[in-house]
Amino acid sequence: MNHLDKLEARSVHIIREAYSEFGNLCMLWSIGKDSTVLLWLARKAFFGHVPFPLVHIDTSYKIPEMIEYRDKLALEYNLDMVYGQNIKILEKGKTFPNGKCSRIECCQMLKSEALRNTLSGDWVRYRMNHEKGEYEADKNIEPYTGVIVGVRADEEGSRSKERYFSPRDKNNDWDVGDQPPEFWNQYKTDFAPGTHVRIHPLLDWTEVDIWEYIGRENIPTVSLYYDRGEGMRYRSLGCEPCTNPIQSKAKNVDEIIKELKSGKLKNIAERSGREQDKEDGGGLEELRKDGYM
Amino acid sequence: MAEAWRNCVKMDTCKQKDDMNIVVVGHVDHGKSTVVGRMLADTDSLPEGKLEQVRENCRRNSKPFEYAFLLDALKDEQAQGITIDAARCFFSTEKRNYIIIDAPGHIEFLKNMVTGAARAEAALLVIDANEGVMENSTRHGYLLSMLGIKQVSIVVNKMDLVDYSQDVFEQIVAEYSEFLKKINIEASSFIPVSGMMGDNVAVRDGSTPWYSGNTVLEQLDAFKSEGLPKDMPFRMPVQDIYKFTKNSDDRRIIAGAVASGKLSVSDYVVFYPSGKSSSVKSIQSFNTDIKNSISAGESAGFTLTDQIYITRGELAAVESETQPLVARRLKANIFWLGKRALKNKRNYLLKCGSSKVKCKLESVVRVLNASNLSTSEKNAVERHEVAECIFSLGKPIAFDTASVNPETGRFVLIDEYEIAGGGIITEGLPDEFSGTQEQVMTRNIHWNKSSISRDQRASRYKQKPSLILITGQRNSGKKPLARELEKKLFDNGEMVYFMSMGSLVYGIDADIKNNTDNNREEHIRRVGEVINLMLDTGMILILTAIDLTAYDMELIETIANPPGMLSVWTGGRVTTDITCDMVFRGKNTERQTREIIAGLLEKGIVFGSF
Repeated sequence: MNHLDKLEARSVHIIREAYSEFGNLCMLWSIGKDSTVLLWLARKAFFGHVPFPLVHIDTSYKIPEMIEYRDKLALEYNLDMVYGQNIKILEKGKTFPNGKCSRIECCQMLKSEALRNTLSGDWVRYRMNHEKGEYEADKNIEPYTGVIVGVRADEEGSRSKERYFSPRDKNNDWDVGDQPPEFWNQYKTDFAPGTHVRIHPLLDWTEVDIWEYIGRENIPTVSLYYDRGEGMRYRSLGCEPCTNPIQSKAKNVDEIIKELKSGKLKNIAERSGREQDKEDGGGLEELRKDGYM
Repeated sequence: MAEAWRNCVKMDTCKQKDDMNIVVVGHVDHGKSTVVGRMLADTDSLPEGKLEQVRENCRRNSKPFEYAFLLDALKDEQAQGITIDAARCFFSTEKRNYIIIDAPGHIEFLKNMVTGAARAEAALLVIDANEGVMENSTRHGYLLSMLGIKQVSIVVNKMDLVDYSQDVFEQIVAEYSEFLKKINIEASSFIPVSGMMGDNVAVRDGSTPWYSGNTVLEQLDAFKSEGLPKDMPFRMPVQDIYKFTKNSDDRRIIAGAVASGKLSVSDYVVFYPSGKSSSVKSIQSFNTDIKNSISAGESAGFTLTDQIYITRGELAAVESETQPLVARRLKANIFWLGKRALKNKRNYLLKCGSSKVKCKLESVVRVLNASNLSTSEKNAVERHEVAECIFSLGKPIAFDTASVNPETGRFVLIDEYEIAGGGIITEGLPDEFSGTQEQVMTRNIHWNKSSISRDQRASRYKQKPSLILITGQRNSGKKPLARELEKKLFDNGEMVYFMSMGSLVYGIDADIKNNTDNNREEHIRRVGEVINLMLDTGMILILTAIDLTAYDMELIETIANPPGMLSVWTGGRVTTDITCDMVFRGKNTERQTREIIAGLLEKGIVFGSF
């Protein structure tokens, strides 16, 4: 088994453990490269099927191409596709940059708060009706007790401290200092009522691993990751107002891998195009404690 | 010698080399970070300018420079998001890419040390030459052995503080070797070093002319890469059985991660503890070439030629190879990390492979003092202690002893909702049901299989084959309730049958009907076999029996292993030690029937409206 085979085998084992042990499980799909690899690994784990809903938190500021791609794949793979959003805030227009709120506050409302309430079932979930090919309000309002998330340890400091199975309390809070031990492929799959567990099958993957796997498996990705002739591409995808492309002429997966390995980007963080990380020092760690992915 | 460590994951050459995880452990302040920092510095594995920057910082704050600060500085930088993992350093030689896991030395972080160390293939254990062997030097050593890490190199640090004295070094070697011998570990090497001065970390500089062994850096490359256990007997804990009907998929796939060995198409597989068996029809995978075999390390799936009923938690083995053990009592060496002590009377869960069973501490054989391996007799195991214990399980599990197969010989214990300890199995012990269990496995192995699966019957009859056990004292209304329930279920379209244990006496039990008391166990065994048959037909069986005990119920469950079960005690006060799902007072059979049906619906035994 080579490096990618080993990573794949561990991730598949984790996803299957989650499926067997959690009654109400979902997988977060941000449409980005990591969670799309995660989706692919689920199809590996279940031999082409994805036996749980994919949840997307739609801030409504996602680049339109991302939503098109989401719905195309949802239909093609026959996915149980669910999305949630912070309708109140969107209706009031209290968002960055026009609604007099900071990037972090905007993230907190459109992502953290929307995620918390979508997972708990307190807010409406919209579910794809495959017969009609459109979304309708979901009747299932049960809270999800297991949530599969595509974070990687090498992305930034706080994510490197994660476990594969990471408990969240009733308020979605994460106690970084007191995490359960994890060894011998045994994970925390028991949890108190009202709490839930975040599951991180991609923890050991690096950015290069992700791209090499996308190349090897021929996984469809959003074209925003590639230079389409303007000398720019996105390295990390988020909301339109807060995500910037990087200078790059990489037009396909191979060229991206080459670029990453050449060391050209070595002093540039992967999420450097994501403006919210730069606010208030530990922006992302603060967001994560509050339930952000 | 080494490439810039931070570029490592991004460099082309890295991926073609071996990966190896190394954990660095030892007592607090014995210099783990200093040794690692020194190694990174002396092999040019640091980002450009980092060393100068840290030196400059120290000068400005008028504190002496320490190599340990390098690691802290790297961690700070990592926290800002450019590089890797706070607890891990990437580092590479021409031979390998290493991930150095810096495990905390403080005892409060023992569970983090265990989490880190469990991922490593080899370990460096750092001992301060000046302070000598301390409590966590031995505790960590012992835990490494329990975690299954066989390659350990002992780094005797701070040799500069003892004038590079060979005597001091040899004394530590002697003392620690004796300890390692007791726990069956042979150190890969003992290396006298000074992290502060750099001696024998990456460079040899003559300060220890009496030492000719490896430097720490050389030792890393000298560790052997452990291959996957492909040559051992096949073992795969069944993670689940998948039958996804979407897109008219009719595959029934047994899924799991292969713990050891190899499995090929047409191999004959036996599942334990049930003893059910069949041969492999196909290996399944998604988006790969067609596979004909799977081996250790893979997350795999296969289909069978026969329609047998097995569940998550069983262990798959190949018939022609050594079979695993099955027991519901275990002797094990454990380490305890839980906030609450491990004691008798408390209920725990034990997870071994994919099985998860109720577990009780039966007795503590001895508690080990990890610092000197002296033992003491206690009846509980406190946090951070290691002990030899005997556990009794709610159900039998399949396993190997850890010395035979580490992968299938280890388990974790759950207290409340948390993983609170880990253990390695040294022995499976007999219990009162061992004989029966053995017989059941043999029966199942030799069972002539039908071509119709349990799932197919269940979907035809729209019910889960189940046992409804109605027990209680004589004349407490068992039979009237059973008849009423049978009729109600039958009228609703269920395949249901009422049977009283008394009905067997003049037929199946005719040869043993006299001297009932001495033959009680045999009566129960026979009724168990009848239940097994009836449930195999897809039936819901209502059985009435007088005064069943917990032991009787256990025996029935062991023999028939009902897919669904509901137990009822009639006549109010329970007069045996049995625990039933429902206890009824009075003889209102109509109401009681309604309650039982509600229970059946809740357990997913029947569906629809009543």
